[in-house]
Amino acid sequence: MPSLAGLFFWMNRKIENINKIIITKPLKLDCGKTIKNFPLAYETYGKLNENKDNAILIFHALTGDQFVTGTNPVTNKEGWWVTAVGPGKAIDTDKYFVICANVIGGCMGSLGPKNTNPENNKPYGLDFPVITIKDMVKAQESLLEHLGIKKLLCATGGSMGGMQLLQFCATFPDKAFSAIPIACSSSHSAQNIALNELARQAIMADPVWDNGKYVSKNVQPKNGLAVARMVGHISYLSEKGMQEKFGRKLQEKADYEFSFNADFQVESYLRHQGYAFVERFDANSILYITRAMDYFDLSKQFNGGLVEAFKNQNTKFLVISFSSDWLYTTKENKDIVIALNSSGADVSYSEIITDKGHDSFLLNEPEFLKTLKGFVDSMYEKFKNEKRI
Amino acid sequence: MKKEFKVIAELLPNNTRVLDVGCGDGSLMNFLKEEKNIEVRGLELNQENVQQCIRKGLPVIQGNAETELHQFPDQSFDYVVLSQTLQAFYNPEEVLKNLLRIGKAVVVSIPNFGYWKVRMKLLFFGEMPVTKTLPNTWYNTPNLHMCTIKDLFKFCYEKNINIKQVVGVNEDKTSLIKKSNLEIKNLFSKLGIFLIG
Repeated sequence: MPSLAGLFFWMNRKIENINKIIITKPLKLDCGKTIKNFPLAYETYGKLNENKDNAILIFHALTGDQFVTGTNPVTNKEGWWVTAVGPGKAIDTDKYFVICANVIGGCMGSLGPKNTNPENNKPYGLDFPVITIKDMVKAQESLLEHLGIKKLLCATGGSMGGMQLLQFCATFPDKAFSAIPIACSSSHSAQNIALNELARQAIMADPVWDNGKYVSKNVQPKNGLAVARMVGHISYLSEKGMQEKFGRKLQEKADYEFSFNADFQVESYLRHQGYAFVERFDANSILYITRAMDYFDLSKQFNGGLVEAFKNQNTKFLVISFSSDWLYTTKENKDIVIALNSSGADVSYSEIITDKGHDSFLLNEPEFLKTLKGFVDSMYEKFKNEKRI
Repeated sequence: MKKEFKVIAELLPNNTRVLDVGCGDGSLMNFLKEEKNIEVRGLELNQENVQQCIRKGLPVIQGNAETELHQFPDQSFDYVVLSQTLQAFYNPEEVLKNLLRIGKAVVVSIPNFGYWKVRMKLLFFGEMPVTKTLPNTWYNTPNLHMCTIKDLFKFCYEKNINIKQVVGVNEDKTSLIKKSNLEIKNLFSKLGIFLIG
């Protein structure tokens, strides 16, 4: 078993070999700073057809990356959306050309706080500029340009991926023939900002974090980062789902130990999830990406009017929410539907009944996957016909 | 294709924008789209039906017409269609008011409780009627507010709702219903289809 620092170093080396483009065009960030000549890492699945009408762009969530399906070459684990994307799956890679890019601010090859700052040749750490969802989306638009895709068949994403998608549609109307925002929101709620703050404070309270300067010492504030991940994991489940999955079951023991070890299965689960996460994610990236989510408020960008954000949309939308999701509630998703409706956009909406909470979009939820497949396939038929005319 | 849908389609001009409230599996929406180039939207409660609409590429919003019509802006559609569900709402008056707010005109169809077979069943057998258009028994029917064609006529007069056209349907036959033939048509129509607003 390599040491944690060694593992991190080894993973960073693997990251050198993944697909990326260098975006030379200067990108003016919302914070006022400009970045240029920066890497954007991405992965594609399936083949772009001759007519270039089968491209689907997927935006990943907070802790996701570009490795949607198959095996992630860096972690050697399954892609994060293997339930929905792949050969014969709801988003069928035998039929569609799927693209996903690592967000800027992330840590899977795109420009992020662990990259070297050209000004002083040290890792950025907290010198990395604060980025927004809009910045992330603008960077990914450059990738589409690079791949020569004028119009996407579909763009989709859950959670923060859905937020990027809404931003993408508002900033680049007519770039996607159809769009599927899943379990997301058009502005981050107080509760979600609070949970993100909890995650950030956990990282910052870890002495190893050292104001973000840990990177140059080849260490990770793993205790803080693990706690941050545990907070997330609680919020991704539902009360009922958690009770059914764990209840008061004990972890491989007959009775309480009368100690602070993980007696309960739920504790053991959280610890496992927390510490597995530190092997693949950079603590500073969590700070930057959660901040981007907190700043996301689409109506604010359009002078308080969400309807205004979606004006003149030709994109066909399908909004999906999950009944037990308390992080991005049905109500928040419906507000998106109402705004789209009011702007006259072509919008469908489905609420999937499930106990599995926010996590549902990553799980094998048959009703969800059927809905997803039905929409994508019918949109492909329409898009082909439209292009022919 | 149901006769009712054909009548509804005939009432709607080509190239208009139509909201189908309680759109089911999207059969009517599909018909209107294909035959009349109508821009359709649906509202439907049932998950399976919603999926079917989505599979057919028909825009549909999953939701309850009783509580979720507020999401559609005033006069955002040329027509709103409500097929055989008015009687199933807790508050049909409120729903109708909303439909008239959303659409410039509204097409409402109702199973006619004044149809002679229905009357006979109650008169001679003393039982709640079960017919092809009213297939449920009293304890499991979703219909809370059954009415007749005459009732809906009266309702529109009382509430100052403009009646543009009323069509009675009996099997394959259709006929225009006016004040002058209301009594007889109320007896011989299985369905009443109202164009109001």
